[in-house]
Amino acid sequence: MSSAYPFGFLDEYAKKEIRRTTLKAVALPGYQVPYSSREMPMGRGFGTGGLQLTLALLGKGETLKVIDQGSDDSVNAVNLRSFIEMTCEGINTTTKTHEANVIQSRHRIPEKPLRDDQLIVLQVPYPDPLVVVEPSEDKRKTLHGEADYSRLLVKLYEDIVKFNEITISHRYPTRINDHYVIDPSPIPRWDVPKINQSNALILFGAGREKKIYAVPPYTNAEPLAFEDVPFRVEDFTDEKQQRRACKRCGCTNSFLDEFIDSNKGEKIYQCSDTDWCDEHGGSSVAEGTTPGMEEVEQCKEQLPRTPEVRDEFLQSISVAGKTSHG
Amino acid sequence: MDKVLKVNKLSKIYGSGCPSCFELTGPKYNTNICPRCGSVVAAHDVSFSLYKGEILGIVGESGSGKSTAVKSLNFDQEPSSGSASFFYEGQQYDLFMMNAAQQRRLSNHRFGMVYQNPHLGLNFDISAGGNIAERLLMSDVDNYAEIRSRATGLLSRTEVLPERMDELPKNFSGGMQQRVQIAKALATNPPLLFLDEVTTGLDLSVQAAILDLILEIQQEKQTAMIVVTHDLGVIRLLAGRTLVMKYGRVIESGLTDQILEDPQHAYTQRLVASAL
Repeated sequence: MSSAYPFGFLDEYAKKEIRRTTLKAVALPGYQVPYSSREMPMGRGFGTGGLQLTLALLGKGETLKVIDQGSDDSVNAVNLRSFIEMTCEGINTTTKTHEANVIQSRHRIPEKPLRDDQLIVLQVPYPDPLVVVEPSEDKRKTLHGEADYSRLLVKLYEDIVKFNEITISHRYPTRINDHYVIDPSPIPRWDVPKINQSNALILFGAGREKKIYAVPPYTNAEPLAFEDVPFRVEDFTDEKQQRRACKRCGCTNSFLDEFIDSNKGEKIYQCSDTDWCDEHGGSSVAEGTTPGMEEVEQCKEQLPRTPEVRDEFLQSISVAGKTSHG
Repeated sequence: MDKVLKVNKLSKIYGSGCPSCFELTGPKYNTNICPRCGSVVAAHDVSFSLYKGEILGIVGESGSGKSTAVKSLNFDQEPSSGSASFFYEGQQYDLFMMNAAQQRRLSNHRFGMVYQNPHLGLNFDISAGGNIAERLLMSDVDNYAEIRSRATGLLSRTEVLPERMDELPKNFSGGMQQRVQIAKALATNPPLLFLDEVTTGLDLSVQAAILDLILEIQQEKQTAMIVVTHDLGVIRLLAGRTLVMKYGRVIESGLTDQILEDPQHAYTQRLVASAL
C-alpha cells in the first residue's frame, strides 16, 4: 500500500534526532537521554516511544516483528504493525523471532535468545525507576548522577519486612554497567536476566516522558537485591512441586500466562510468547483448545440470526429484566 | 589529642552581597542585614577546632547563625567563603573543595545529623527500621540480615522497643521520634555528630533522657559532637567548650564553665542572667 507519508512517517530531521539520541543512549548505558518526542497519530502511552525508535531505525528490506505481551496478534501489536507497514514501504514483517532484524515489543522479551544482528525496542510507560521514591526530577537527576539508589533498596527492605519477599512483579529496577539503575519497562522478572550480557542491542523508548535509553550488547545488568536475599524470577511450580507446563505446547521452561477456563472454572497455563509456543508444536495440539475459544463459539451459536428472532430475544431479555425488578 | 574538625573563617551570605556587607553588620550594629545591599549575613568569620570525644556547644538566639554553621558543615547548604577540614584515620578532607558526590559519600559514611524537627531527619513514609536501613544502605551495607540486626541493636541502644521497629515513625511520640533519629544518625558509627536543637519542644523528663543518651554515646564511642542550642541548661550539661554567637558572629568562646560563671560580653551576660 502506498501512502502520502515519507518513509517511516517521521520527517528526516526527526529521525536524525532520534538516531543521535540513540547513539548517545548506547554510549551511556542506562542513562535516560531526553529527546523531543514527536506527535504520532496515536495517543501517548500507546507505545509512541517504541514506535518512533522503530520508525527511525528501520530500513528498506529489513524484517520487523511486533509483539504485545508476547503475542503477535493482540490489538497493540496488530495496529502498530499495520501502521509501520503502511508508512515504511519495502519492509517485511514476520512473527518469527529468528527472522526479524528489529523487534518492537510491549512488556516481553522473546523466549528465544536474540542474536547480535538483532535489535529489540521496548515500549516504556515510566522511564525513571526513582519516580516512586523522589517526586522532583531535578533531585532524581542528582541521585542518578551520584548512583545513589539507597532509597530504592529501602523499598525492597520494606517489602521483605512486610511480605518476606520482594514483591515487585514487573518494572524491576536493574543496574546497568555498575552505575545507572533503569526501569526495564514492564517486563516480568522472568525477562530481566535476559538483559544481562544480551547479544542484541536493547533500546527503550518512552514517548510520553520523552526519554530514550539503552542497554548495549554484552553489558552487565544486575537487578537490585540484597546480598542474602537474591533476585529471583517467577516460580511456576504447582502444588505437587512440579514445573507447570504450557497447555498448548507442553513447554516447561517458558514464561506462562494464567487463564481461567470459563466453562470448567479451572486455571490454565499457556506460553506467553506465542511464537515460542507455535514453534514448540503449539498449533498442532492447540486446535479448539485456545482458552476462551469454546466460549466464543458457544456465544456465536446463541446469537439470534434473523431480525424476528432477535426482537423476540431482546423482548425476552427485557421481560426477564422487568420481572426480576418487579 | 586527635583533631576531628577544623573550621576556618566560615561565612554565609543570603542575597547578592556587597563589599561592605561584613563591615556594616554584626553585634556592633545590632543587625545582620547589610544596609547597603539588603543581603543577610547569616554567619561570618566562624572559626573553631573540634577534637575526638569532645562536645562543642554553639549557643545564641534565633537567627544568630548557629544552625547555618552546622548545616554548612553537613553539606545541607553551601557556604559563601571559608574552609573546613575533617580528619579521619590520618587523612585530611577539605570539605568545601570536594565535589557533590564526594561530599555525599563523606557525610553518609562519617557524619551524623540530628535535626530539631524529626520530619527533616526521618522519612515518615517508611518504618523506623527502614529509616535506619536507608542510612546503612547509603554507606554500602547490602546484607539484609546484617541491616536487620544492626537496626535492632541501634534502636535498643536508643531505648526504642525493637518490637516497634517495623512501625511508621508517625505512630511514635516526639521523644521516640527523636530517639529513632539519633539511632539513624549513629547507624554508621560516625566519628562526628551534629545535633541541631535536639531537645527543643520535648518535655523535661524526655529532654533529660535524651541528654543522658547523648552523653552515654559520647563516653562509649568517643564521638565528637557539635551541639547547637539556645538552651543554656543543655550547654551546661553537655558541652565542654562553647561558642556564643550573635548576628552571625562568634562574640565569645571558651570553656563552658568559664562562660557561664564569668561571661565577658554584654550579650552573654544578659543571656546567662536571664537563664539562671
